[in-house]
Amino acid sequence: MNALWVGVIGTSVLAFALKYLGHSVPEKFLTNPRVLRINALIPIALLSALVGVQTITENGKWVIDQRLAGVAVALIALALKAPYFVVVVSAAVTSAVLYRI
Amino acid sequence: MRTLSINPPAPYGYIGQNVRVSKVNRATVTQSLSVSFTVGLYGTAFGAASIAAGFSLLQTSLLSLLTFSGASQFAIVGVMGAGGSAISGIATASLLGIRNGLYGLRMAPILKVRGVKRVIAAQVTIDESTGVAIGQEDLGTDAMKAGFWLTGFGVYIFWNFFTILGALGAQAMGNPSAWGLDAAVPAAFLGLVWPRLHGRFEKGLAALSLLVAVALSPFISAGLPIIATALLAVAFGWKARS
Repeated sequence: MNALWVGVIGTSVLAFALKYLGHSVPEKFLTNPRVLRINALIPIALLSALVGVQTITENGKWVIDQRLAGVAVALIALALKAPYFVVVVSAAVTSAVLYRI
Repeated sequence: MRTLSINPPAPYGYIGQNVRVSKVNRATVTQSLSVSFTVGLYGTAFGAASIAAGFSLLQTSLLSLLTFSGASQFAIVGVMGAGGSAISGIATASLLGIRNGLYGLRMAPILKVRGVKRVIAAQVTIDESTGVAIGQEDLGTDAMKAGFWLTGFGVYIFWNFFTILGALGAQAMGNPSAWGLDAAVPAAFLGLVWPRLHGRFEKGLAALSLLVAVALSPFISAGLPIIATALLAVAFGWKARS
């Protein structure tokens, strides 16, 4: 079994376990405000980290290329309150055009 | 949008009775379906990203069917696509999946389901089903349940359908860079995190996490720089006052 399959199955099993655990644990546990606050912040940290790593690194090296321009356009689209679809497509189009010229 | 006329203050005895929900509030149905379709559409982006990261069509579909949590799915393909190990991919995806557990905690006393129904309810416990359910709070428990199930099943169907569509599209395209997929994936993450950046505090954490992860990338193995930023979230959450 290769690594990708381990990733697919491991992620799926843990994702379900977390969901099911929530449905089965008495509510009085895990209502500590600090735990709730940290839980709300974790996605912000991880997703932002992913944005950075996927935009300006490649195979563990810093690389500035068409991706940065694409994500910059996405950032502008978000600032202009564009819908999610427009955000993603504008990044793709920008990057693709720069890649091809 | 809300039909205020239908707002019964729990007229039937809920305890131990099987109240047949014959009429589901129209506003709840409309909201559930529009959320389901809009969110499901993003499955296209996931399907394409997963193929671009090197996952097969079967693996891509299984992630949507079994993991069924957008951010976690993007994380596993993002981390492993960038050369990270399975362990760091699973860890990142699971850290993002913790909030589904907290949603389950919130929904369980409302749904009151056991056995197979609880298994199904758990699987469709995501941002959107919980969000729509909580949005129906003024309309009573029945509307909350209806919102949860309709949105949960709705997103499940559309998300999986559009995942396959996106994956097939990406397979047909060939080189991901030529079609801008290399930028579409980080843009998709940016679009996911953007609505969460309410104030200066959240923006600060986002900027710092991005910089730290990029700065660490050449020095520690792929995937770890991303997980490391979870510690920043813990530090920020620990000392923040609310």
